Amino acid sequence: MTNSEKNRLKDKAFQVFGIFCTFIGLVVLGIFLFDIILEGAKRIDWDFLVSLPSRRASRAGILTAWVGTIWILLLTTIIAFPLGVSAGVYLEEYAKKTKLANFLEINISNLAGVPSIIYGLLGLEIFVRQMRLGSSLLAGALTLSLLILPIIIVTTREAIKAVPRSIRDGSFALGASKWQTVWHQVLPASFGGILTGIILALSRAVGEAAPLIVIGALAYVPFTPSSPLDEFTVLPIQIFNWTSRPQEAFLTNAAAAIIILLIITFMLNGIAVYLRNRQQKKIKW
Amino acid sequence: MSKKQPKLEARDLNAYYGDFHALKNINIAMEEKNVTAFIGPSGCGKSTFLRLFNRMNDYIDGFKVEGNILLDGNDIYQKDVRVDELRKQVGMVFQKPNPFPKTIFENVVYGLRIQGIKNKAVLEETAERSLRDAALWDEVKDNLNKSALALSGGQQQRLCIARALAISPSVILMDEPASALDPISTAKIEELIYELKNDYTIVIVTHNMQQAGRVSDYTAFFYMGELVEFNKTKTMFTSPKDERTQNYITGRFG
Repeated sequence: MTNSEKNRLKDKAFQVFGIFCTFIGLVVLGIFLFDIILEGAKRIDWDFLVSLPSRRASRAGILTAWVGTIWILLLTTIIAFPLGVSAGVYLEEYAKKTKLANFLEINISNLAGVPSIIYGLLGLEIFVRQMRLGSSLLAGALTLSLLILPIIIVTTREAIKAVPRSIRDGSFALGASKWQTVWHQVLPASFGGILTGIILALSRAVGEAAPLIVIGALAYVPFTPSSPLDEFTVLPIQIFNWTSRPQEAFLTNAAAAIIILLIITFMLNGIAVYLRNRQQKKIKW
Repeated sequence: MSKKQPKLEARDLNAYYGDFHALKNINIAMEEKNVTAFIGPSGCGKSTFLRLFNRMNDYIDGFKVEGNILLDGNDIYQKDVRVDELRKQVGMVFQKPNPFPKTIFENVVYGLRIQGIKNKAVLEETAERSLRDAALWDEVKDNLNKSALALSGGQQQRLCIARALAISPSVILMDEPASALDPISTAKIEELIYELKNDYTIVIVTHNMQQAGRVSDYTAFFYMGELVEFNKTKTMFTSPKDERTQNYITGRFG
C-alpha cells in the first residue's frame, strides 16, 4: 500500500468513526424520546394540565408545577438579565485589564462549573434563612439567577466582543461617550447573541431540580402561587417526586410531565436558534 | 509659513506605547483650510500622530503623550478639555469604511442624536446638507431608510465622511480613507477632499504617493517615529531636502 492510499484509508476510517460518534448522541436521544412518548403521551390531556396534584395518580395533574415553572422562568429572567448583561458590559467595555479584572474573569468562568446543588445550599443560607424569604418563588428565582449569572456574563462578553472595534471608533469619533457607544451601537449590534445566551441559560434553569429541592421547594403544593413570596413547585421536582413512587401509574404521570418539560425546553432552544439566525442574516461585518 | 495662528500644532511631542517610543520630538504647524498629507512607511507613527488630534489614542492601555497638541492655540490634552466637545470640532474618517448597522439616515444624524437633538426638521436638513457635501445625496436620496451596509464600499466611505460633516467640525482627520477602495471610488474621494478644503482643515494619512501629490497642499514625511521633513507638497516632491524623503518618494523603500 502506498502512502497516499494509507492516508485515504485513514481519512475514510475517521469519517466513519465521526459519523458513529455523531449518531450515538442522536440515537440515545431518539430512544429516550420514543420511550417517554410511548409511556406518557396517552396521559396528556387537558385535565392533566389543569389539575392539582393528588394522591391518586389518575387524578393528579401538573397545574401547580408548570405554573411554578413559568413563574420561576419570569422571575429568574427579571433578576438575572440586567445583572448578567451589566456585568458583562462592564467587564468587556469598562474594566481596565488589571490583575483584579483577570482574577474576576477566571473566577466567573469557575463559577459556571460549580455544581448546582452548591448554589442550592448557598441560596438556602442567604435567601431562605438570612433574608427570611422562606421557600418562596423569589428565593428559588434568586438561587437559579446565581446559577445562570456566569453563563449570561460569559455569553454577553462573547457577543459584545464580536462587535468590531471600528464601530466603537466611529461612535467615539463623533463625540459619543462610552455609555452612548454601548447603548446605541454595541448593545443593539450584539443583542441577538446576548438574547441567545440568556435563553440557553434559562433553558438550563428550567430543568434544575436539585438547588430548588435544597432550598425547600415542595412537591405537594395544593395551590398555584399568586405572588413571588408564595411557596411553589416546578416540573422537575414534580417529576422527581413521581418517579420515586412505587406505583406504575405515577411513572406514567412522570413521563407525561417530562414531555411537557421537554416541550418548554425545546421551545426556548428554538427561539434561541431563531434569534441567532436572524441576527446573522441582519448583520454582516 | 504665514504668521497667522496655525489651526493645528504639535510642540515637542513624544508618544509611547508602553516602553515603545512611537513618536519622537515632533514639531509641526498646520494652516487653516489646507490639506496636509502624512506619508511614510508602515509603522512610522503617522496614524498614531493623526489620532492624537482627536484623542483617539486615549483608550489604548499603556499609551502616553508628552508635549502639546494645540487646536486654534488651545492645548487639547489639558485636564479640563472635554473629549466629546473636542471631537465635535475634529471629525475623523477611518481606513476601512465603518458605517453603523443602521439606516443611511441614522448614520448621518448619529452625531446629532447623541448630542440630544431630536427636532426632525433639523435632523433632515442636516442629513441632506451633509450628504450633498459628501457628494452622496443624489445616489441615496430615495433610500435614506435603507441599511447603510447595503451601500458599496466607496459609498460607505462617503457616508462616513457625511457623518463626520454632520456635526460641523472645523478639522477632518482622514486615516488612509481610500486604501480599501477601487480606483473610481478613490478618485471620487479625492475630488471630495479637494472640494472640502474650502471649508475644512484636512489632515490625511496616505500610503499612496500620487494621492498625496494630488490632494495635499503640504506634506509631512515620517520615518521611525520622527518627522523627517515637512514642506509644501510641490517643493517636497520636486526637491526633497532629506535623503530619506527622496528615497521614499521615489519608491526606493517603504
